[in-house]
Amino acid sequence: MAEDPASRPVVVKLPAALVRLFPEATRQVEIPASVATVGDAIDALDRRWPGMRDRICDTTPCIRRHMNVFVRGERSDLETRLEPGDEMVVLTAISGG
Amino acid sequence: MTNKVLILVGTKKGAFVLESDAARKSWELRGPYCETWPMNHVIADPATGTILAGGGSEWFGPAVWKSDDLGTTWTHSSAGLAYPEGETPIKAVWSLAKSGASLYAGVDPAGLFRSDDGGETWNHLAGLQNHPSRPHWNPGGAGLILHSLLPHPEDDKRLWVGISAAGVFHTADGGETWETRNRGTRADFMPEDQRYPEFGQCVHCLVMAPGMPDRLYQQNHCGMYRSDDGGRQWTSIEAGLPSSFGFPAAAHPRDPSTLYLLPLNGDSAGRYVPDGKAAVWRTRDGGETWEDLRDGLPQGNTYFGVLRQAMATDRLEPAGVYFGTSTGSLYASADEGDSWTCVAQHLPTVLSVETMVVEA
Repeated sequence: MAEDPASRPVVVKLPAALVRLFPEATRQVEIPASVATVGDAIDALDRRWPGMRDRICDTTPCIRRHMNVFVRGERSDLETRLEPGDEMVVLTAISGG
Repeated sequence: MTNKVLILVGTKKGAFVLESDAARKSWELRGPYCETWPMNHVIADPATGTILAGGGSEWFGPAVWKSDDLGTTWTHSSAGLAYPEGETPIKAVWSLAKSGASLYAGVDPAGLFRSDDGGETWNHLAGLQNHPSRPHWNPGGAGLILHSLLPHPEDDKRLWVGISAAGVFHTADGGETWETRNRGTRADFMPEDQRYPEFGQCVHCLVMAPGMPDRLYQQNHCGMYRSDDGGRQWTSIEAGLPSSFGFPAAAHPRDPSTLYLLPLNGDSAGRYVPDGKAAVWRTRDGGETWEDLRDGLPQGNTYFGVLRQAMATDRLEPAGVYFGTSTGSLYASADEGDSWTCVAQHLPTVLSVETMVVEA
């Protein structure tokens, strides 16, 4: 039976520096296709690894200034829509000294 | 019996721990910890032996890190360490202090949080933000930071905080209401007729005399001061110092009249040690007179500074004194400052120094 495209999970890729902060976390995780936005996906990550939302987002609420989230190759914000099968890539931006 | 002495060092790239025995002659360095996040303040809870580190990452924001095994393993949390949505988010934790069962954290932008579960979750003490002076607070060079936290040792409702550049504030009701405590401290950066305001002074470091909770010392951007009434009135004690400018102050563990400072050459002159020669300055009489302590410290071509939380004492007899530099060196004295040894070099910029004595 063919796979229902609408049920394909969102694949989230996380940066190593973030994963190191959460002992159980993995670099790649699948989120159910029911999440509608990047913000929803980050909430799902936070449910899995409590505290992760605060590392990606500030309390404005926004994605942190020196973090980037790309969806379909475009820099996104918390309201960016996710489609089943999307790849959501979380990256640490250029920062520091 | 003293088993170990630990120097807890916060740096621009993580926390470090140096360990020695009671003789404090040789030190072993461990770190960096906390994933090399900038750590503004690393303290010990002497009751439990827990090490707590407050800081913030440009990537990941503010958090308090915790180790229950003297630094080997760490966890972190920022649950509740947040202002309401829409307000400027917290950039970093700047100061930590233990008071009874509570833990306090001061943050940038200036505000105060309390944890009653050892740093797992935090609650905002909004009373400080509700002070009528709040709309007029201005940041200092490091930001609008709450960097000094002094809980009263016997009355857990009383607390002093130092904010750059808003000044000193005191609460007697656990943080619900606050009053300014800046009378007698100068603000040289204001117009001539406004140099003694109610608030807005650039306090750099606030410390409490041992056994005398109402005796406070303050290194300010504009002078050095002592108060004997909990900060209601401050008196200048800068006569005899090479400069009125500096960042850190460290109280003696037992003598309320002994204090250590590290004056720098001035706010517009480079902010390094005067004449390129390092000296710690000590008073034994509450600031009436000062002596420079140079034995073992570099006496030429020296251009480091020492930041506001980067000097500390230990509680041994004789007391140890320690400071870390902007150039990543750590100096230690095991004889109350009379002589000094460089115990670490080439660390990242040192942001804080504290100590912990571990009993056998």
